[in-house]
Amino acid sequence: MRARRFPEREDMTRRMAGFMAHLRLNGWPAGIGESADALRALSVIDATDRGEVREALRAVCASGAERHRRFDDLFDAYWHSDGRARQRPTDTSARRKPPAQMSDLLGSLPSSARGGVPDAPEAAQDGEAEGGGTGKLVASRLDALRRTDMRHFSTPEEIAAAEAVALRLARALRDRRSRRLRRARAGSTLDLRRMARRSIAHGGEPLELLRRKRPDRPVNIVALCDVSGSMSLYARIFLAFLRGLMSADSRTDVFLFHTRLVRISDVLRDGNGARALEKLTLMANGFGGGTQIGLNLKRFNDQYARQAVNGRTVLLILSDGYDTGAPEAIGTELQRLKRRGGRIVWLNPLKDWAGYEPVARGMAAALPHLDLFAAANTLDALAALEPQLHRI
Amino acid sequence: MTWKTLKGDLARLGYVASDDLAMALHLSVTLGKPLLLEGAAGVGKTELAKVLSTLLDTRLIRLQCYEGIDASAAIYEWNYQRQLLSIRAGDGAAGEDAEDRIFSEKYLLARPLLQAIREERAPVLLLDEVDRADEEFEAYLLELLSDFQVTIPELGTIRATARPHVILTANGTRDLSDALRRRCLYSYVDYPDRDTETAILKAHMPGIEGRLAAQIVGVVQALRKEELEKKPGVAEMLDWAAAIAGLGINDLADDPVTLQATLVCLLKTRADRDAVPLEVQERLVGKAA
Repeated sequence: MRARRFPEREDMTRRMAGFMAHLRLNGWPAGIGESADALRALSVIDATDRGEVREALRAVCASGAERHRRFDDLFDAYWHSDGRARQRPTDTSARRKPPAQMSDLLGSLPSSARGGVPDAPEAAQDGEAEGGGTGKLVASRLDALRRTDMRHFSTPEEIAAAEAVALRLARALRDRRSRRLRRARAGSTLDLRRMARRSIAHGGEPLELLRRKRPDRPVNIVALCDVSGSMSLYARIFLAFLRGLMSADSRTDVFLFHTRLVRISDVLRDGNGARALEKLTLMANGFGGGTQIGLNLKRFNDQYARQAVNGRTVLLILSDGYDTGAPEAIGTELQRLKRRGGRIVWLNPLKDWAGYEPVARGMAAALPHLDLFAAANTLDALAALEPQLHRI
Repeated sequence: MTWKTLKGDLARLGYVASDDLAMALHLSVTLGKPLLLEGAAGVGKTELAKVLSTLLDTRLIRLQCYEGIDASAAIYEWNYQRQLLSIRAGDGAAGEDAEDRIFSEKYLLARPLLQAIREERAPVLLLDEVDRADEEFEAYLLELLSDFQVTIPELGTIRATARPHVILTANGTRDLSDALRRRCLYSYVDYPDRDTETAILKAHMPGIEGRLAAQIVGVVQALRKEELEKKPGVAEMLDWAAAIAGLGINDLADDPVTLQATLVCLLKTRADRDAVPLEVQERLVGKAA
């Protein structure tokens, strides 16, 4: 490639705008602010030296580790090819684009059904009242139903019951104490700043005691559901459960895994619940086969965890722990996840079976990293989680 | 000042910067924009701020971020005890007067960000591990980073007398918001390559023998390629080199058992210690020689 001489200054503004447009085409957030900074940067370096211009523009435009690495390609594409912008896949869309079969599935849905985010119910606004609840589901004639192992579930009522339990659990999980203090009518610490101010009126006597407390902050839930062969009996009901989780909070993220990892949050938000469930069950059935839990956790760690998991995340893993991959991988990956600061809850449908021991080697490797390991084979078992989730 | 002289000046102070880092720092200083440094722990992000303050002969003001940090810890706080005392001891002057008195600079406790803005001579302001703070704190930072001003309701807006040189560091605890990124210049600091690392070692230990330096750097570089929980950074490498020099070791292959004991300088978790037994260590040293 013939190295082209750098353009003259009067030409520069126009060329720089072109470069910014080139970056935008590739999905970078390059606006007027960046253009202005880039031109200012060129004025303090030797703008005829390609190497210097490259490093200067990198400092101005590349705003993350990934972009920092890719900058050279984009820079060369623009300045070496005489301004012809070569279009490349953007880094963000490449990462977020769902796998092929997901897009097929999405494509088959009417567009109006996509992207609808259910609002959190009105009651969801008041974390305090919710948090003080007794943590019990209303006993009902569904009693028998709720003790049945969920393998035998299939009717719409049963599925609706599963969604209801999930909704309840999601609310139990939702709030976590903030570390900041806000003013409040009643609280554990005094708000000295406001007291000092009020006491002026009383000649310096702090007559009114004003208080602060730590408000509740929402947690976000990320669920990973195993849909391998050994779990297929539970797949349908777990999907209903996940749908219930989703409807409590629009930030909840849900993934399915078997031999691959698929993000299904958007499908679950399909307005037509029955249809979404049907599609997903079909998908899940197609999946049935060996699972590689460790490998999938690794994928999750590599691709999604950075955005999805932080200190306010509760990660729900629904799996029986039967794994065809290396069990050590599960331990390692859970440890990595744990370092992101969230809490990990593993729901295992086999746990309550008579005589069950976590002998599946994967499960044994996972145990030390879990905040909560619980049964999930009956609705009662799920409902009983609520007070425990309040605690973690 | 050009970026090349800056790079040379940094090297003189013992900080060997890569081209893109030197350029980013140069632009940050000349354009007055904050510089965001990302990279693994121990690659010298914090060190850069310290060296810069030495170079510019100015004060280094450091704010260590943590989860839950808020305005009263980062920007300012009123001295309530003194305020209350002052009101009570007040010579009958109540109302407006008293209010003016207790909400004056005298009763203001300046925290790092406000201090940085009020310095006469532009200081280096280091916001360390900004990704540990939560999103709300980032929002506080935005006003500071774009306009270099702080608003105190009782006093009004305080503008920077001299624009501080702001350096933010992050190592990926969570993703920073785009709004914050856009206000900063950016550089990703990677582990140095072999030559750079040798140069760093020689800058810190001028007396070190060439062969030993090559061995030390070789082993550390090879260690970073192993599956470790915490890869040894540059600071660890320097500690290790100091330990080796202190023990009077001239060739790493001489005494494997003693060398094994010195690895505590590089490997900081139990799993990592177990991952490098004597055989692995000998393989690494053999390759580095």
